[in-house]
This record gives sequence, structure tokens and C-alpha cells, in this order.
Amino acid sequence: MDYLWAFLVGGTICLIGQLLIDLTKLSPARILVSFVVAGVFLSAIGWYGALVEFAGAGATVPLTGFGYLLAEGVKKAVQTDGLIGALTGGFTAASCGLATVMILGLLVSLLFKRGDRVS
Amino acid sequence: MQITKKDYAELTKKRSPNTKLPKTLTKAFLIGGAICVIGQGFLNLYTRLGFDKIDAGALTSVSLMFIAAVLTGFRIYDKIARHAGAGSIVPITGFANSVVSPALEFKTEGYILGVGAKMFVIAGPVILYGITASVIYGVILYVFGR
Repeated sequence: MDYLWAFLVGGTICLIGQLLIDLTKLSPARILVSFVVAGVFLSAIGWYGALVEFAGAGATVPLTGFGYLLAEGVKKAVQTDGLIGALTGGFTAASCGLATVMILGLLVSLLFKRGDRVS
Repeated sequence: MQITKKDYAELTKKRSPNTKLPKTLTKAFLIGGAICVIGQGFLNLYTRLGFDKIDAGALTSVSLMFIAAVLTGFRIYDKIARHAGAGSIVPITGFANSVVSPALEFKTEGYILGVGAKMFVIAGPVILYGITASVIYGVILYVFGR
């Protein structure tokens, strides 16, 4: 059952992104930025947390889930450390993902040939 | 997916007739959903192995990003992205692709200003505005007490 909800909710979030691309001509970069900021906002008002409980990876795998991660990190850090937590919480929560993606970018550029661009 | 202005212009040209809308939406839904199902598989696996919720989630992201990075290196992710559109851009795999793809592409400009700088061409704004939003949220939480 969790697979079904992950599929439906994750698919729907991507469909919203595609609608934005097709109808508003927003560039993919703008879509990604909007989705992360929307994720932070929806988490702040408590909606996204409920969606994560319900849809699991269907809510955490799309980039809105990255916003959720940032918001949760900040919430926890402010509770334990006060105002300084507002500055540390986001990066602390995102550190695993950000370190991973940077290392992967470097490794792939070291190990793979640039090749001709497929366009 | 290699996202440059030129590519984007091509993409919009290709997609501009809205008669194609149902097709692009269906593809985005199916492929995006499928990526989330794979994520759910990893999440269930790591949970079963005894990791707590936060670690299992982090490991799921690491696994998905690793797969996306390898597929980007072999130029397979770009091919999927041409069909999937937002279905491959919006999931965390698309974020990984947006870092790895320019890193590889700009290798010729060296490891500092090529790989090192260009890998953030899309991730940079995402991190900037994501962190900004989270700091604003944190300040609001602090001021209004939890």
C-alpha cells in the first residue's frame, strides 16, 4: 500500500511541475527553486509533514521534500539552540545530501569522459 | 538533463503546441511516480535493516542520487529526461543530475572554475533560496516561540 501512495503522490507532484513547465514556460531551474521554497512553506504551516506521514517517499523524494528536510532541521535546531539554530538547522539537515551530491559530481567528472553532448 | 538557455528554447519550441500536453503530463506523472516508488523501496529496505527514520531517509536520498549520478555519467539520464520532463527534474535524482551533468560538461574548463563552479549552476540557486526560506522560518519560530 505504501508503494501505491508513493507512486500517486510523487507522480502528482511531478505532474504539477510539468504543468508549470508547459503552461508558464518557467525554466526547470526556476521550478526546482520554487519547489524547494514551497516545501519549506508547506512544512512551516504543517501540511507537508502530514503528507510525508501519508505518502512516505512519494513526498520526500521530490524536491519539495528537500524543503521539508530544511524546515524540520531548522525547527529542531531552534528548539535546542535558540536563534542560532535558525542559521544552523537548514545546513545541518541538508549536509548529508549536499556532501553526497558534491562528491558525486566530482567523482563523475573524474571518472567519465565528457563525450559529445546528446541534445 | 543539461539545462542551458539553448536547450530550454528547444524544449519550449518542442512543447509549445498544447496538443502535446496530455502526453507530457502523463509521462511526467508515470516516471516521477516510478522514481518515488524506487525511493520507497530503498526507504523500506533501510528501515528493515534497523536505521531510524531520519537515517533511512538520508540513505534513500544517497542511493537515489548515486544511481542518478552513474546514469548521468553514462548519458542515460539525459535520455530519460527528454521524455520525462518534470518527472525526472523534480525528484531528488533530477537535483543530482543538475549537479553532475554540468560538472562533467565543464570539465574542459578545469577543476576549479569548470567542475567546481559550474556544478552549482542550478544547485546554487536551489540552496540559496531553500536556506533563505528556512532561516526566515527559523526566525519566525524563535520570535513567536516554537
